[in-house]
Amino acid sequence: MQIVLAILIGAAFGFVLDRVGATNPNVIGGMLTLRRLQLMKTILLAIGTGSILMFGGQMLGLVDVMHMDVKAAYIGVFIGGLLLGAGWAASGYCPGTGVCAAGAGRKDALFYIAGGLLGAAAYMATYPVWKASGLLNDIAGGKVTLGSVPGSEFDGLFAVSGDVLGIALGLVFVLVAFVLPENISGGRMQEVPAE
Amino acid sequence: MTLNWKLGGFLLGAVFFAAVLLVKPIGVSTQFVILDGILADAVAPDFITQTDEGYSSTNAYMAKSGGKYAKNAANPLNYSFVFVLAMVGGAFLSSLLRGGISKEERSAPAIWRANYGDTPWKRYAVAFLGGFVVLYGARLAGGCTSGHMMSGMMQTSLSGYIFAAGAFLTAVPTAMLMYREG
Repeated sequence: MQIVLAILIGAAFGFVLDRVGATNPNVIGGMLTLRRLQLMKTILLAIGTGSILMFGGQMLGLVDVMHMDVKAAYIGVFIGGLLLGAGWAASGYCPGTGVCAAGAGRKDALFYIAGGLLGAAAYMATYPVWKASGLLNDIAGGKVTLGSVPGSEFDGLFAVSGDVLGIALGLVFVLVAFVLPENISGGRMQEVPAE
Repeated sequence: MTLNWKLGGFLLGAVFFAAVLLVKPIGVSTQFVILDGILADAVAPDFITQTDEGYSSTNAYMAKSGGKYAKNAANPLNYSFVFVLAMVGGAFLSSLLRGGISKEERSAPAIWRANYGDTPWKRYAVAFLGGFVVLYGARLAGGCTSGHMMSGMMQTSLSGYIFAAGAFLTAVPTAMLMYREG
């Protein structure tokens, strides 16, 4: 059953990533140079939609809170984010969109995947150094959510209701998606939402 | 053909919701480690070993957290690995249905050509190096754009926000320096 779900959800994810333009380095480049922000609006709306549905479903008892999987916070998360951002901008691919771009028929994405496999192997080889450096040690409680989510195994950073905060932040993401202009780097402005 | 952001954003959010509703949040970059493990074990069969308690590996990263990566590499037909293979299939289908990608675009995207001309091998080198840095960073961070940024921020996890801050801090200047045209 799990494998069937993996195929169905995975295929849907790959299909939608391709349809929103995330597998296209021209679209990623347009977003990261702030010249074309349609994909940024897509991503913000997606995070907001997912958040509202998930926390709303949890409050109604329709979504199993134990399905949540929160990753630990540590300094390496930030350093790794810095590295990923540089490589993402240079190549136009992140791990998920890189493999999807290869599926969509892009040859440069195959080189990206080969580089990715080598990069992951390099991390596997150097992991003990990072581990010993202390940069992988938890900060601010490690696996924490911003609010305290009722019934979850993760602690809240702030003593507020985690699911209400989740819905509120979800609405903020949706709002920002709507008000963000499609172009903020100067130059031509196209179709600024009036609402 | 690209979906407009309202429909595309809703559908993408619905997929992330479906994943957490039915199984668990989406993540991708770990599977590069799993594929490395599969390849390494094929070349050197002692790389992953089965013990009484489960699986382990001669590599400390592969063996961490009770050998869960080693276990998944030894059994590739698990949810997370099949999920990524299915993503490739989904993107292939989408691309096929919208008429595929032009021959020029396949080797180097238009934004590359606008800045660096018809230099596919230079593009392959940058894609390779970019992949190296992205996956090294993703493993250091413990997740990538899918797991940290999308799934993480959706769940209001602190680590997702820390990751997104780091990623955009370098991504925007890098893109602006490298791709002035296109």
